[in-house]
Amino acid sequence: MKKKLLLGDEAIALGAIHAGLSGVYAYPGTPSTEITEFIQSDPLARERGIHSHWSTNEKTAMEAALGMSYAGKRALVCMKHVGMNVCADAFVNSAITGVNGGLIVLAADDPSMHSSQNEQDSRFYGKFAMLPILEPSSQQEAYDMMARAFALSEELKVPVLMRIVTRLAHSRAAVEVQEPQEENAFSPATDNAQWVLLPGNARRNYANLINKQAEMQKASEHSEYNKRSSAKHTDNRLGIIACGIGYNYVREAVGDEYDILKISQYPLPVETIRQLAKDNDALLIVEDGQPVVEEEIKGLLGNNYIVKGRLTGDLPRTGELTPDNVAAGLGKNSRAVYSASKNIVGRPPQLCQGCGHRDVYGALRDVIEEFPDARVFGDIGCYTLGALPPFKALASCVDMGASITMAKGAADAGLWPAIAVIGDSTFTHSGMTGLLDAINENANITVIISDNLTTGMTGGQDSAGLNKYEAICLGLGMDPAHLHVVTPLPKNIPAIAQLIRDEIAYKGVSIIIPRRECIQTAARKARSKKAQG
Amino acid sequence: MKKDIILCGVGGQGILSIATIIGEASTKANLHLKQAEVHGMSQRGGDVQSNLRLSTDNIWSDLIPLGEADLIISMEPMEALRYLPYLNEQSTIVTSSKPFINIPNYPNEDIVQAELDAMPNVVKLDIESVTKDAGNARGANMVLLGMAAPYLEILSIEQLREAIATIFARKGEAVVEANLKAFDCGVAASKGEL
Repeated sequence: MKKKLLLGDEAIALGAIHAGLSGVYAYPGTPSTEITEFIQSDPLARERGIHSHWSTNEKTAMEAALGMSYAGKRALVCMKHVGMNVCADAFVNSAITGVNGGLIVLAADDPSMHSSQNEQDSRFYGKFAMLPILEPSSQQEAYDMMARAFALSEELKVPVLMRIVTRLAHSRAAVEVQEPQEENAFSPATDNAQWVLLPGNARRNYANLINKQAEMQKASEHSEYNKRSSAKHTDNRLGIIACGIGYNYVREAVGDEYDILKISQYPLPVETIRQLAKDNDALLIVEDGQPVVEEEIKGLLGNNYIVKGRLTGDLPRTGELTPDNVAAGLGKNSRAVYSASKNIVGRPPQLCQGCGHRDVYGALRDVIEEFPDARVFGDIGCYTLGALPPFKALASCVDMGASITMAKGAADAGLWPAIAVIGDSTFTHSGMTGLLDAINENANITVIISDNLTTGMTGGQDSAGLNKYEAICLGLGMDPAHLHVVTPLPKNIPAIAQLIRDEIAYKGVSIIIPRRECIQTAARKARSKKAQG
Repeated sequence: MKKDIILCGVGGQGILSIATIIGEASTKANLHLKQAEVHGMSQRGGDVQSNLRLSTDNIWSDLIPLGEADLIISMEPMEALRYLPYLNEQSTIVTSSKPFINIPNYPNEDIVQAELDAMPNVVKLDIESVTKDAGNARGANMVLLGMAAPYLEILSIEQLREAIATIFARKGEAVVEANLKAFDCGVAASKGEL
């Protein structure tokens, strides 16, 4: 058997390829990006022609993956947790249609918000859509689960949600890999009643989905991933339910001293949990993310049974699990000797020296000083760092695309000047529809589409609208007289500032597209050109 | 035997390359390994770290518990201080002595050095002067790895050299040689410090 050193993300990618994947669909997002990148460069995936081109957003990705499943093939769709919000319509309804070829929806959650704006727990989505969820505890399990998840999806005829967290996605370990399976044969679905969600069909499908819950439950009760260790009785008679990588922290802290039930497959194995509760006086729930399981188990066991976890303060209410907070929750003393140094300061990330976004903010800063009432509505990407010193330029940053629409809403309320700053990839992801709203009402806003020809924040993936931005804006009805393209360089800052002043003075939608390649991708291209001679 | 290592520095200083080489050597030596990395936003000039756990036995947590790191390998002195709570009295700090100042409120440099010097086991070196001598200014991270090599114990210096050769092989012999030279300089400097 071959061993490979893989990130959790890479183990998922390779597991999917070896399980006969025919297509991955994704929009880049930390900590999920490396899954698709691995598939894009894997020799077998290339030889097989497995689809791995980036999608414009998570909703288009989810729907395309469902289409591939419709055609009988195995498909994977990957995203960061907040991507689940973007694709939620398609995701929830895919539970109602069910699948033909196996379909795995991979959500990479980011507890502690290392690179995110919230720490929502994707297991809620799985429960909401009434689908099975797998939550690997290790890189090996992540690899192994892909074949199991595709099989489960095809057995139950529903999508399977796979939930990981940052610490698994971005941690490496050795993984034993299997021989690759063949892809599914092309065999498009034929039952229109399954796929056309008119109310009559949807009601029948929904009833089917509810009927399948018992099978899902049974699969969890017998899952090889839900294991109770030898039911040892400790003096304190505390049972532990440890979900996903929470299991590792429990084992790190207490070895096998306790009666531990590891959970990596949902819906919860209710019978196993009832037995665990019966054999102990209290349960501690160790789960990374939000207290999804803790709440459910409180309901299951009733008010008189002691259930501890994040809601009771035995573990922290927010932030990721660590070996330290889990050990503390189990009453173990920390072995720490030294306290934190007083001679350290934070070192926040910053825009690269020489980055075009810097010159955009340089020009904006000059203009805003003249307009104390101006507000700059920001968006998601490297340029969010314009919120930090030395620029401190942003009034808001909420979700993909919200810059344009929030600027419009504020302008509707009378705010002026209302300025939106959005990146090229974020604009095609979720900014275009908002711009259409603004153009249709000729809202009094100034939109800056800061175009660095790539998806920079996540490491330089393709940008879906490359070379099409003016055409897109004009196609949405933009007045060409107020659509400008400029080159963000230090020497051009005064001219760009003047252009912004002029367009603020214009009563209606203006668009300025500062365009210069991301210096990271430009440098990478130069290096690879040099290496090729 | 186990070694828990915190690799740290500032985004762009080559921390992950050090991790890759130790990872390669550990895999070849059939050690158990877990290596948690930081990707994404903080790679843009922010503080970065990687938890690297090597063991002859199974490893559970991807993260190192407080007080249990054996070694800090740091490209920057203040960044080394950031992880003090992970150390105990037996732990060693191997660090570049030269501050990387890309923030306006960097603390007083003398105080940073003094706090480092007060720790029981510290190896400091002005890496830039060594890389200038070696004629390879970009190999600072390999010098640092060389400095740390005698303290890794679970891997030999020869195993690390082999891993450097394997990892840089696709970039050509000249790159391999330059990196090995930087590594050897670090090893020599580290032994001189003892």
